[in-house]
Amino acid sequence: MSGSIEEVKKHVAAYQKVGVTLLVLTGVTVAASYLPTAVPLAIVIALIIATTKGSLVASIFMHLRNERKAIYWALAMTVLFWVFLMFLPLLGQLDHIGVPKTLSNANAPAMHADEEH
Amino acid sequence: MDIPYTVAERPDTGLNNVKLGIWLFLASEVMLFGGLFSSYILLRVGATEWPVGSTLLNVPIGTFNTAVLIISSITMVMAHASLKLDEFGKYKTYMGLTILLALTFLAVKGYEYWEKVSNDHLPAESTYLAIYWTLTGLHGLHIIGGIIVNSYFWGPGSAMWRTKREQFINRVEAAGLYWHFVDLVWIFLFPVLYLL
Repeated sequence: MSGSIEEVKKHVAAYQKVGVTLLVLTGVTVAASYLPTAVPLAIVIALIIATTKGSLVASIFMHLRNERKAIYWALAMTVLFWVFLMFLPLLGQLDHIGVPKTLSNANAPAMHADEEH
Repeated sequence: MDIPYTVAERPDTGLNNVKLGIWLFLASEVMLFGGLFSSYILLRVGATEWPVGSTLLNVPIGTFNTAVLIISSITMVMAHASLKLDEFGKYKTYMGLTILLALTFLAVKGYEYWEKVSNDHLPAESTYLAIYWTLTGLHGLHIIGGIIVNSYFWGPGSAMWRTKREQFINRVEAAGLYWHFVDLVWIFLFPVLYLL
């Protein structure tokens, strides 16, 4: 946060509005969880509200709305590595090293060593 | 010798070292909690059965604690703004409130833990409870860390206001960024663990 006293006072008004919005959205999250919806839809609704709240905290309280490029870059790299982290277990599942493979021609007659050349 | 760029901005990044340092620390925290969140997703997707959080946890208490943490974020940002407005007395009040709210959060969480232990809802009982204890426990440790740092800046650390005003404001801003991050993590933990 930077600037003159007037600017800081404007920020203070914004903080109070955002604070009230966050509290209201918390109530909305709880109310939405009681709606008779399927679990996948409930997850989507809850995560949309949580992301909205998180964005408000990050952009207004943490001043990310007006930050320097260096911080945006650091955070962009963090997100990139986090996405990679999310896929890491999937890569583990796709790893077949040490798992015996059955070849498509496994039942073919064996070749003698001299026939191979 | 003074440490350079504690207040002045570096010409290359346009940031002072305090801000750059705290954001890099927060980036590492994103990876820490991100790793656990990805574990949660994988465990949940792979599970044949997964309990709805509200059947095991107390939603009104969780909602109350969420509100407490959000209000503490507001008081924290107001504490920093008070310093910018040269109102040290207000800073002390807002920072004191932030610490009190954090202690309230911990006390309520402690009650919840006591309830879980009394009902034998321990980490070994199910995968859901294991990830619940891990995520909330780690978050709780962050709350304790925040209380220690904020208490220092409320008490002995605030003497810097008289000697190095700008540096003190920067320090409180860094503490605030950490505190908002802790709030942000809980904003995601609450619906994920309590409501879904």
